[in-house]
Amino acid sequence: MHFKSAHEVRDLLRKKEISSEELTKLCLERIEKVDAKVEAFLEVFEDALDTAKEIDKKILSGENLPDLAGIPMGIKDNICMEGKKVTCASKMLENFVSPYDATVVERLKKNGAVILGRLNMDEFAMGSSTENSAFKKTRNPYDLERVPGGSSGGSAAAVAAGEVYYSLGSDTGGSIRQPASLCGVVGFKPTYGRVSRYGLVAFASSLDQIGPFTRDVEDAALVLNAICGKDDKDSTSKDVAVEDFTTYLNKSLKGVKVGLPKEYFGEGIDDGVKKEIEKAIEVLKDLGAEVKQISLPMSQYALSVYYILASSEASSNLARFDGIRYGYRAKDFEDIIDLYVKSRSQGFGSEVKRRIMLGTYALSSGYYDAYYKKALKVKTLIINEFKKAFEDVNLIVSPTSPSVAFKFGEKSSDPLKMYLSDICTVPVNIAGLPAVSVPVGFSDNLPVGLQIIGNYFKEGEIISLAHGIEKALNLNLRPNV
Amino acid sequence: MIVDKNTVDYVAKLARLEFSDEEKEKFVEDFNKILEFVEKLNEVNTDDVEISISAYPMYNALREDEVKTSLDVEKVLLNAPDKENNFFRVPKVVD
Repeated sequence: MHFKSAHEVRDLLRKKEISSEELTKLCLERIEKVDAKVEAFLEVFEDALDTAKEIDKKILSGENLPDLAGIPMGIKDNICMEGKKVTCASKMLENFVSPYDATVVERLKKNGAVILGRLNMDEFAMGSSTENSAFKKTRNPYDLERVPGGSSGGSAAAVAAGEVYYSLGSDTGGSIRQPASLCGVVGFKPTYGRVSRYGLVAFASSLDQIGPFTRDVEDAALVLNAICGKDDKDSTSKDVAVEDFTTYLNKSLKGVKVGLPKEYFGEGIDDGVKKEIEKAIEVLKDLGAEVKQISLPMSQYALSVYYILASSEASSNLARFDGIRYGYRAKDFEDIIDLYVKSRSQGFGSEVKRRIMLGTYALSSGYYDAYYKKALKVKTLIINEFKKAFEDVNLIVSPTSPSVAFKFGEKSSDPLKMYLSDICTVPVNIAGLPAVSVPVGFSDNLPVGLQIIGNYFKEGEIISLAHGIEKALNLNLRPNV
Repeated sequence: MIVDKNTVDYVAKLARLEFSDEEKEKFVEDFNKILEFVEKLNEVNTDDVEISISAYPMYNALREDEVKTSLDVEKVLLNAPDKENNFFRVPKVVD
């Protein structure tokens, strides 16, 4: 039961073979049993059972319910839900209670979702291993000695370990796709502007995007159906028709043009990962896709662009944490400036401070042109290169992560080494494109994910390819935890 | 070496952060590594390149100037570290 997909569970609920209350209790039992090991949850919402009971009443009264109604799920702890804490896994927001719902939460509630709790993450979504959480260490369900990836590590691990049927995360440089790859689940980052960011605690506003973690591609389509769409509360959300993404399932892949950017298969990609990706590409060919090599040379600059832009935006966004209106306030201080300094220095963890410092430096007088403006110019070149590539191909595929799940501490002492975890995912955020990570195999018994990148607002085409390969591979994605 | 301890002190002041001497040393080291890495951008000729804010055209999102309900004062003050009546309490800022 724990490893069923959301659409399978939906069918059981509709046939009244199980109730939402029973399902929610099963998840709570599962969390009780495995979360002591996995540690994906920062808080479990006991009142979720009330929601489940309400949904059951509606089911019994014969009401026609949305796909996600009655199904337990979790949210990354940077998404606001009214009356619940949202901490961003930071001491800064340890006691912050959200006074309102994020738009995605509002939409989930409208769809009858049973929101079961808050999931662990790297502090303020800065990291690639969830080791930067101020509260706990989330473990990879496939190997408890290894990281789940990050920053949405809790969201990925909870789905992989069968604790919830799906979850939401956020992706600024790979924070959905990389942990999805490391935990053997599907992680979808929609086009920038597809999903409202209202109520998502801002890290880098020009890059952040909310998306789902699911056990299969069909579930990703269902969650996207629920959360996509223009929102007046987010002026960067785009008024593009939201199609029913499930209509893209079970499509023929004959003649679909797939590009393999040679730069994404070069140095730094582990052999084991490369082997699984190459096998997946053979499968795509067998399914009728026309695969050809392409070149995206500007991608090698994406990580540099990313660390300048993301840190600059973070330094500005996180200026709001001053110990005055909300968040942590230092106990002892001399004057107002000292209150700011002490509250921020005690409230933020070291990676967050490192990025605020880097961003402040990049935006400071005398350096702005050399760093920030230069990065925005190279961003133009990266965008143009992708646009040109999409004149020739429908989709681009690559490894999601250069390695499988790594051990705790393996990369945490060297920030640059950790940053390289995002080398294949970061260009996608800079260009604002949609992409998914879908499990395609195992290397040393650890999951390997394939990244599929689409053109703007072509989430549907991504779903077709991802679904095709998922069906052909039919992997067993059940970790022994 | 791109930045030294003085730069770290200056940037920390701008960012309203403070560090121990040990942290500052580590910062100088990390900072230089990261900045050396991003210096790679200088290889790219961007003389005639415009900056991009967004990947596709974005327009100002305008709306009618209507009065709408906003958060209740109690909700706004819910998370205040220190408050009095309907106000945030801060240390004295003027003499």
